[in-house]
Amino acid sequence: MTNTTKPQAGLFTGEMMGTALKQAFVKLSPKLMIKNPVMFTVEIGTLVMLVVFLVAAITGDTSQGSAAYNFIIFLILLLTVLFANFAEAIAEARGKAQAESLRKARKDTPAKKISDPSADRDEQVQTISSAQLQLDDYFVCIAGDVIPMDGEIVKGIASIDESAITGESAPVIREAGGDKSSVTGGTKVLSDRIVVRVTTKPGETFLDKMIALVEGANRQKTPNEIALTILLASFTIVFIIVCVTLKPFADYANTPITIAAYISLFVCLIPTTIGGLLSAIGIAGMDRALRANIIAKSGKAVETAGDIDTLLLDKTGTITIGNRKATNFYAAEGPGDKEFIALAALSSLADDTPEGKSIVELALQQGVNMKREADMNFIGFTAETRSSGVDLADGTKIRKGAQDTIRGMVMKAGNGFPLSVSERVKKISENGGTPLVVASNDKVQGVIELQDIIKPGIQERFERLRKMGVKTVMVTGDNPLTAKFIAEKAGVDDFIAEARPEDKMNYIKTEQNNGKLVAMMGDGTNDAPALAQADVGVAMNSGTQAAKEAGNMVDLDNDPTKLIEVVEIGKQLLITRGTLTTFSIANDVAKYFAIVPALFVAAIPALQGLNVMNLKSPETAILSAVIFNAIIIPILIPLALRGVAYKPIGASALLRRNLLVYGVGGVVIPFIGIKLIDLLVSIFI
Amino acid sequence: MNDEIAGIVIVFGITLLIAFPLGKYISNVFTGNRTILGFLAPVERFIYRLCGIDPLQEMNWKQHLKALLTINLVWFFYAFIMLISQGSLFLNPDGNPSQTPDLAFNTAISFLVNCDLQHYSGESGVTYLTQIGVCAFLMFVSAATGIAAALIFFRALRDKVTDKLGNFWVFFVKSITRILMPISLVVALLLAFSGTPTSFEGKDTVVTMQGDTVGVSRGPAAAMIAIKHVGTNGGGWFGANSAHPLENPNYFTNCVELIAQFILPLSMVFAFGFFIRKKKMAYVIFGIMTIGFLALAIPTIVHEVNGNPAIAALGVSQPTGAMEGKETRFGPAMSGFWSIVTTVISTGSVNSMHDSSMPLSGMTQLLGMMINSFYGGCGVGILNYFIYLMIAVFISGLMVGRTPEFMGHKVEAREIKIAALITLLSPLLILAGTALSAYYNVHHADADWAVKPGNWLNNPSFHGFSEMLYENTSANANNGSGFEGLGDNNIFWNVVTGFILLLGRFLPIIGPIAIAGILAKKKHVPESAGTLKTDSITFGVMTLAVIVIINALSYFPALALGPIAEYFSLY
Repeated sequence: MTNTTKPQAGLFTGEMMGTALKQAFVKLSPKLMIKNPVMFTVEIGTLVMLVVFLVAAITGDTSQGSAAYNFIIFLILLLTVLFANFAEAIAEARGKAQAESLRKARKDTPAKKISDPSADRDEQVQTISSAQLQLDDYFVCIAGDVIPMDGEIVKGIASIDESAITGESAPVIREAGGDKSSVTGGTKVLSDRIVVRVTTKPGETFLDKMIALVEGANRQKTPNEIALTILLASFTIVFIIVCVTLKPFADYANTPITIAAYISLFVCLIPTTIGGLLSAIGIAGMDRALRANIIAKSGKAVETAGDIDTLLLDKTGTITIGNRKATNFYAAEGPGDKEFIALAALSSLADDTPEGKSIVELALQQGVNMKREADMNFIGFTAETRSSGVDLADGTKIRKGAQDTIRGMVMKAGNGFPLSVSERVKKISENGGTPLVVASNDKVQGVIELQDIIKPGIQERFERLRKMGVKTVMVTGDNPLTAKFIAEKAGVDDFIAEARPEDKMNYIKTEQNNGKLVAMMGDGTNDAPALAQADVGVAMNSGTQAAKEAGNMVDLDNDPTKLIEVVEIGKQLLITRGTLTTFSIANDVAKYFAIVPALFVAAIPALQGLNVMNLKSPETAILSAVIFNAIIIPILIPLALRGVAYKPIGASALLRRNLLVYGVGGVVIPFIGIKLIDLLVSIFI
Repeated sequence: MNDEIAGIVIVFGITLLIAFPLGKYISNVFTGNRTILGFLAPVERFIYRLCGIDPLQEMNWKQHLKALLTINLVWFFYAFIMLISQGSLFLNPDGNPSQTPDLAFNTAISFLVNCDLQHYSGESGVTYLTQIGVCAFLMFVSAATGIAAALIFFRALRDKVTDKLGNFWVFFVKSITRILMPISLVVALLLAFSGTPTSFEGKDTVVTMQGDTVGVSRGPAAAMIAIKHVGTNGGGWFGANSAHPLENPNYFTNCVELIAQFILPLSMVFAFGFFIRKKKMAYVIFGIMTIGFLALAIPTIVHEVNGNPAIAALGVSQPTGAMEGKETRFGPAMSGFWSIVTTVISTGSVNSMHDSSMPLSGMTQLLGMMINSFYGGCGVGILNYFIYLMIAVFISGLMVGRTPEFMGHKVEAREIKIAALITLLSPLLILAGTALSAYYNVHHADADWAVKPGNWLNNPSFHGFSEMLYENTSANANNGSGFEGLGDNNIFWNVVTGFILLLGRFLPIIGPIAIAGILAKKKHVPESAGTLKTDSITFGVMTLAVIVIINALSYFPALALGPIAEYFSLY
C-alpha cells in the first residue's frame, strides 16, 4: 500500500541522447515522416532548398541568393526536422529505458512445465524456456524460482517478491482461488509451491503491450490528438495558401522573392513547434503513467482519465487504512472495566485477524497483559457460529461477535440483552464504528468498539479532486449509518453502502446515462464487469486475471489512490498539447514582422516601417526567424516531456493563466528571441 | 466636429436600445410565444396551406439544409432567367437591355447570397421588374434564409439531446412575415416621406442651373432601399448606392438607413441568448463583437477626420477632414462610421466611396469583411462567430485539461474537421481570387475581355492591389461593397466572384449547422468544476484572440502589400 515512486532519472542520460540522435536521422525516412503532416511539409521544403543550393553551387547563378546563403537555410531547415525527430526519439528512448528496467525482469527464465496441474509431486516436470510457454500451459514454481510468465495460481499459496515490478520490497501473498490469484512474470517466489496456468500468449503480456505503446510502434493517436492534428493540418494549409498566393502578389508589386525566402516564410508560419513536439508529448504521457507504476493499455485510456467526472473508490485500503482497529472498551453493568478488558483480550488472543490483534494491543496499552496458556481452548470463527473466542480451563466460555449473533446466543440461554449495551452498539454504529459484543458464559459483558482509521491526508486529496471537478464515491460493505459517517469524515461526495458488485455496476451505468465518465478501481473477479463498464477501469496487479483483462489500466503498486495521479496525468497530457499549440501559433506574429518586411523592403522601401524589431538586413531577418523557429523545438523538449503542470484552480482561472503564459508569452518571446539572434547573426554577415 | 461624433454615438445608442427588445421579440416569434404581430398567424397558415407545408413536421439538420439549398437553387434559376430576358419584359420604362449571361450569373448569385455585388449600375443594368421581382425579392428571401439558418442553429443548441430542430419553412416564412416585412415597412415609409422616390414612372428630366437637360432615374426605390438595409443586403437602387442623393437624401435618412441595417445583426445575438436560455453567453458574445467593432470603427473615424497628409502637404487646409469621395451632407466621421458598419455586418451599401478612404480605413473595412463576425450578416453573423468559437473551445479545452466541450457536448475530431475547413475557406477564396486577378493583371494584361485586365485598376501600385483584394474579400464575405475603381463587369470578375460568392455563402451556413446538429445528437455531459465555462469573459477574450490571430496570420502579407504599404508611403 505504500506509494513508491521510483527515483526519477534525469530527463536525459548520455546513452538516451545517443540513441535518440541516431533515431532522429532514421526518422527522416518519408514513410515515417508522412504520419506528421506538419513536419513532412518541412522535410519537403528542406529537399527543395537542397536542390536550390546545388543548382546555385554548380551553375554559380546567384539570382536565388548565394550558394552559401541557400546552404545555411537548407541546414537550418534540416535541423528543424531533426530537432522534431529528436524530440520524438528522446521521448521514446525515455519510455524504453523505463520499460527496459521492467523488461530485465522478463529475461528468458526456465519454466517448469507440467501437464497435470493436480499432481502434488513434480515428477513430470519438463524444464523449457519461458518463451516456449503457450496459453493455458501449466507450470510449477517453488521457493526461489522466478515466475516465467503472467498467470493465475490454480493451486497452492506462496509469498512472492514483486519488487522487480513495483519497487516495493515487502513480499505479498498470492493464493489459488479468491481475488489474489494473479502472478506476474519476473517476480520471485519466496516460499511454498504454486501451480500456475499461463493466461497470456507469448509477447502479449500487459508489459509487452505497454512497451510497444511507449516505443511508438503500436501507438494509436488518441481522439484529441487526431482532432488537434486536423486543426494543425488546416493551419498548415492556410499557410500554404498564404505562401503560394504571395507569388502573384509579389509579381504585381514587382518584387522578386527568392525560393529560400518563400520556404523560410512557410516553415516559420506552419505550427512546427507543436507539430514537432506532438508525438513526444503523447509518448511522454504514457511514460509518466509508467513512472507512476501504471500500465495503460492504450493512450486513449490515459487521455480519458483526464475527463473523469466520477470516481468510485473502495473504502478499505483507499479511504481507510487497511483494517479496523479497536479504539474503546465499554463494559456492561456487571464486570469492572479491567475485568472486561481482560475478557476481551482473552477472546482475541488466538484471533489472527488485524482486528483481533488490535484488540490485544489496545488492552496492552491500557495495562492489561493477557498471555496464552496451554490449557486454553481457542474457538476460531466459523461461518456457522459467526463468533470466535476461547474456553478457559475453569470452564468459562468467552465469545465475541456481532450484536445479532451474541444476542441470539444469550437469549437462547435465557439471559437478557442489556439496554445500555444495545444503546452503546447503536451509538458506535452511528459514529462509523463497528461494535463487537463480548459475552462470557452466555452473559453480555460489554462492547468493543472498532474504528476505521481514515488515511491521513486523504481529505486533502478529495478536496483536490473536487476542485478538478471529480466527484468521489465511496464503495463499502458497511451499513448505511457507518458508511455515512466515514463518508462525511473523509470528505467524499457520495457513498454506496452494503455494496454488492451489481450495485457498483448500476451506479456506474446511472452516472454514464447522465453523460458522466466514470473511473473505478477493482481487483476481484466480481469487479470485472464493473471494470469493463467504467470508462477508466484500473485493475490492481494483485487482482484476478479477469479483473486485469476487464480494466484498461493495471496498477503495479496495488494502490487505490493511484486514480488521482492517473487523472492528473491525463489532464497534463491535454494541457501540454493545448498550451504548446497556443504558443506555436502565437509565435507567428513576430515571425511575420521579421519576414514580411524582409521580403518586400527592397522593392517597397516604405515597408521598412513594419520592421519593428529593427533587424539588420533582409537576410539576417530571415535567418533569425528560421533559426528561432528551429531552436525553440529543442528548448521546449524538456517541457514537452515533463508536461505542463496541472493546477486545480478552476477551469477559467487555469485558462487565464495558461493564456497569459503561453499566449501572451508566445507573442512576446519570439520578438526578443529573433532580435537577439539577429544581433548575433549580424556579427557574421 | 463634436456634433459629428455625437451623431454617431446617438445612432449607435438608438440601435442598441432597439436591438435588445427586438432580440427578445425575435426569440418569442420562434419559440411560439405571444407577440404583437400574432394576428398574422392566419396569413402564415394560408401560406403553409398554399405551399403544402406541414408546419408541425420536425426536421433534423440534414433535412433543414436540404430544404434550404433546394429552395435557393430554384431562386437562382428564376433570377438568372429573369435577368437575361428583362429587356423584353414589362415594367421597363427606360428601355434597359437584358443582362449578358455572365453578368446575369453574377447578379443572380450575388443577390441570392445576400451580397449584392452589383457589377452594373441600377439605373441602366436592370428594369423596374427585375429590381422588384428579382433584386428586392431576393433581398427578402436571402435575409430570411440567413435568419432561418440561425434558427436551426439556435434550436440545435437549445435542447440537451435532440435531432428535432423545428421546421425550416416555418422559420423562413415567419422571418419574412414577422420580422423583415414589418421593419422594412416602417423604414420604407420613413424614407419615402424624406424624399426617396416611390414611383413607377421612367426617367424624369430636369434642367440644371447650368442650363443642361439631364435625365434623372427614379422608380419604386424606397421599398427596396428599406429591405436592402434591414436584410443587410446592400444592393442599391441607384449605382451610387446610398451616396446617391435620391437613395439617401439627407442626414436623417442616413441615420435611418444606418440603424435599419444594424438592428437585425445585433438583435440576433440577443435573440440567441433568449432563445437558448443562456443570456449571459449572448451578452459575452455581444460584448466581444462590440469590442471588435469599435476597434475597427474608432481608428477609421480618426483617420477620416484627420484628413489626407498628401493634401495637407500641398498647403490645402482640410477643416472637415478627408472629403474625397464623401458627401458633404454626411461628413467624414459619419461616412467613416458607416463604412465600418456596412463592412462588419455584410451589408455593403455605401454612403461614400471606399476607394477614396484613407489607407488604414481601407484596411479596417477589409478586416471587417475578412472577420465577418463582429455582429456579421443577418442571421449568418452568429454562425460565422460560432466557427471561431469552436476553434477557441477546442484549444482552450485542451489548455484546461479536458476533452473540449460546448454546451454539454463533447467537441471531437469530426466537428473540428468541419470548423477547420470553414476556417481555411475564407483565406482560400480571398487569397486565391486575389492571386488569380493579380496574375491576369500582370501576365495577361491584354486578354480580350470587355475590360482588359491591364485596365481593370483605376489606381496603380498598392491601391490597385487593394482594389482587387477588396473585391474578392467583399465577394467572400457576401458584403457587396466595392473599391469602385475596379472595372469589374467582365467575364473574369463576374465568374470568379460568382463562385466565390456561392462558396462563401453556403459552406459557412452548412458548416456551423452541421456542427450544431451533430453536437445536439451527442450525449449531454453535465457541468462540473473542471468544465470550462463558455459564457465567461475569459472565454470571450479567448475567442477574440482566436479571431484576431487567425485573421492576422491569414491576411497579413496581403494587407502589407495593399493598405499597409500605402499607409507607410503616405505618412
